[in-house]
Amino acid sequence: MEHSQVTAKDYKVTNPVKWCAGCGNFSILSAIQDVLPETGIEKEKVVSISGIGCSSRFPYYMNTYGFHSLHGRASAIASGVKLANPKLSVWQVTGDGDSMAIGGNHFIHLVRRNININVVIFNNKIYGLTKGQYSPTTPKGSITKTSPDGTIENPFNPGELTMGSQGTFFARMVDTNPKMMRKVLKEAADHKGTSIVEVLQNCVIFSNKIHQEITGKDVRYDNQIFLEHGKPMLFGKEKEKGLILDNNRLKVVKIGENGITGDDILIHDTKTDCPNVHFMLSRMTLPEYPVAMGVIRAYDCTVYETLLNDQIIQAKENSDIKNVDDLLNSGDVFKI
Amino acid sequence: MSKNIKVVELEDVVVKFAGDSGDGMQFSGTQFSDTSASLGNDLSTFPDFPSEIRAPQGTIAGVSGFTVHIGHKDVHTSGDQADVLVAMNPAALKANMKWVKSGATIIIDIDNFDNKHYKKAGYIEDPLHEGLLKSYNLIKPPITNLTRATLKDSGLDNKTMDKTKNQFVVGILFWLFNRDLKRGEQFIKDKFKGKDDIISANIKVLNEGYNYAETVEALNITYLVNPAKKYKGKFRNITGNIATAWGLIAASEKTNLPLFLGSYPITPASEILQELSKHKNLGVKTFQAEDEIAGVCSAIGASFAGNLAVTSTSGPGLALKSEAIGLAVMTELPIVVINVQRGGPSTGLPTKPEQSDLMQALYGRSGESPCIVIAATTPADCFNYAYEASKLALEHMTPVILLTDGLLANSSELWPIPKMADMPEIKPRFVKNNDENYQPYIRDEKTLARFWAIPGQKGLRHKIGGLEKENITGDVSNDPINHQEMVKIREEKVQRVARNLPDQIIDGEPSGDLLVIGWGGTYGALLSSVKDLQEKGKKISLAQFNYIKPLPKNTGEILENFKKIIVCELNLGQFANYLRSQFPEFEYKQYNKIQGIPFMIAELKNKFNEILEDI
Repeated sequence: MEHSQVTAKDYKVTNPVKWCAGCGNFSILSAIQDVLPETGIEKEKVVSISGIGCSSRFPYYMNTYGFHSLHGRASAIASGVKLANPKLSVWQVTGDGDSMAIGGNHFIHLVRRNININVVIFNNKIYGLTKGQYSPTTPKGSITKTSPDGTIENPFNPGELTMGSQGTFFARMVDTNPKMMRKVLKEAADHKGTSIVEVLQNCVIFSNKIHQEITGKDVRYDNQIFLEHGKPMLFGKEKEKGLILDNNRLKVVKIGENGITGDDILIHDTKTDCPNVHFMLSRMTLPEYPVAMGVIRAYDCTVYETLLNDQIIQAKENSDIKNVDDLLNSGDVFKI
Repeated sequence: MSKNIKVVELEDVVVKFAGDSGDGMQFSGTQFSDTSASLGNDLSTFPDFPSEIRAPQGTIAGVSGFTVHIGHKDVHTSGDQADVLVAMNPAALKANMKWVKSGATIIIDIDNFDNKHYKKAGYIEDPLHEGLLKSYNLIKPPITNLTRATLKDSGLDNKTMDKTKNQFVVGILFWLFNRDLKRGEQFIKDKFKGKDDIISANIKVLNEGYNYAETVEALNITYLVNPAKKYKGKFRNITGNIATAWGLIAASEKTNLPLFLGSYPITPASEILQELSKHKNLGVKTFQAEDEIAGVCSAIGASFAGNLAVTSTSGPGLALKSEAIGLAVMTELPIVVINVQRGGPSTGLPTKPEQSDLMQALYGRSGESPCIVIAATTPADCFNYAYEASKLALEHMTPVILLTDGLLANSSELWPIPKMADMPEIKPRFVKNNDENYQPYIRDEKTLARFWAIPGQKGLRHKIGGLEKENITGDVSNDPINHQEMVKIREEKVQRVARNLPDQIIDGEPSGDLLVIGWGGTYGALLSSVKDLQEKGKKISLAQFNYIKPLPKNTGEILENFKKIIVCELNLGQFANYLRSQFPEFEYKQYNKIQGIPFMIAELKNKFNEILEDI
């Protein structure tokens, strides 16, 4: 098998990686390099595509075919690559500004079409490369270089946007948890369709500790819930807390309190076509809820490029026009 | 036959069909031109439709037109003025009187000439009673009533019956031009295949119109336009947009590269996307993107992945694509950008032709961002130039902008069908797997083009991107000397394309008093006017440019050999200014028109005569 010959080392570059010391991007880069050999894909078939921003320097740091493109446009470029050659494994790396602001339109349409591309969003809730302006995911009220009095905009949640665009795969993970990242990224790679993976990524310079409330060692068991398909939605250090549906809303409960038993806890079903619970999970925020991690939605349905290819095969079968000479001589032709 | 009929032979004739958008004027125009083509007439057609889909009926805004120019002699334009005008209502008459020759035959549906319709058309008085039409041969059958009477037993409702009114007119024209009704009937059968009641209704009305013409006193002359002499072989009638789409498919077949079109609908370019979307049978992939930017970006992605990649648009769309075209310049990827020009700026005149995007194509990007820019000159040669654009992009690893316009896009002409075996070879700059010498920006010595290593190929992994790269290695580089070198290489690479281009052709003598210069879609009108003056002994020649950046090698020599030069274009002088920047030693007169309509032969001849008198 080919993947047995490929290791993470094959994806590492010899040139220096020029992110800031302590940047969350390093661990995401390693996680992706670790996961690719597990997917069984030939290294020449992996393509990294990015837009503009700190995260978008990613293709330069991956030993793959790579394309560092325009601000916001990576989804469109990646779509073209994948449709031109569906055998390629296409990884789009993007940030919260690149994908949610200038590339927002391309993002929702990529998701809607369900082209088989893996999108990893490095969400640090700030513009890093342009040095500290607020982004579409910056929490309301935040003081930044362009919001000295606090932002007055409601932030986007990439999960909500994915569900709203009929996404088939959404997952969330933390840059400080390599084990979680590998598990999630492998599932994203295996999913047939557009896989959206949001990474809560720390920018040490402009939004340091922005995710601390969720990822901090002392709080992470209570403030995160790691979801796995087919397993009950439990969290807390002793898995003593869980989620139930109460009056059409998710509710945090403690097992053993108010007559709640383990059987009352919701079982996570990533594969259902109905996105309602996935939607609620993706938008859980502190302090009422823990923040959902892991694969929230992984619904299998036909991908765009398969439908396109089927139409081509069918058209070729059904048409008398087999080449351009046939085309030129089809329809109204006059012999004079 | 009770009346005496005189048969007159004509060198050429212009028929204009005008009516409401829903009156079937495009249909009857196509029917008349296709049957003329099948008889061997040379021809040119031009549809003229409003940008609204169904503007209020009976108003000037709702008038849709279709002009057919057929000839025994060579036909290069759809004609300045009509010999026959079909006007289905007063608005159609009012909108078109200025395009009708004195003494022309005008066919109207008298049933629509009443006060209600006059008011809608903005006539204060009855145009038929003002004596305004005295100098014309007015034919005024009650078309609506006769059509309904013909079909009274058909079981069709009035609305459906009225849709066949155009066939009454076509029947008259078939009689007037001595055409075989069988051909008109066959056209109906082909177009309405499977709808037998509609076919039989249309055929009945067609015959009724023919019989009407045969009996009515006012018609006592018929015309013969004999087959054109130049034509032998297999032909078809083709519009510029269809020819463009087919040229791209041809290049794809020749190179054995899949064709990918990333595009967004925009008038008057949408038809290219529509046509290509019909050709999955030839492996064509079309991607209707969410916007113009995604259209070009998906094409850039497809090019990176090894497809023949194209995006199509019109002026405002080209503006949106500028940043991405700059990326293609920087990454030196082959893409073809088709701009079907329309009146601008902004939304401008969406359905009307103009040539005002030349500067945008040449310079409308950030930084020093050279592209190859070429232009098609007739509807049929859109095929050749779409093919050529693909060839140049693939062989020189650079974006190519192909300029056509709303006139070329929708006009048609008779086209001798080419054979794929005769199309020139295209040699994309591929690299062999595991080529140890490969580096992303290593270049061909002659052309300076880099090579095309495609994801999936073994041993050629590399990165490209919008950041400036070191020449040869392709590493990101901020080095000042390297940047200047790369800027110069990208420009030089485009300039060296001229080495392989054919010399600029001159219609007429290579020296003389006046050189008329045009580019792109104005060829028909410029050629007709120059030829007319040449026949009168004037020392006038025409150079119509297809290659704009780079210009053909012999451009300077051509300019030297005339006493005066005039550059004619449908803008305020963009090509004239470009020539001034390239060859400042010459003086350029200008003739410019930006009215959203093509040049008229008469106005050009007046202008040229004016200059010639001064020499």
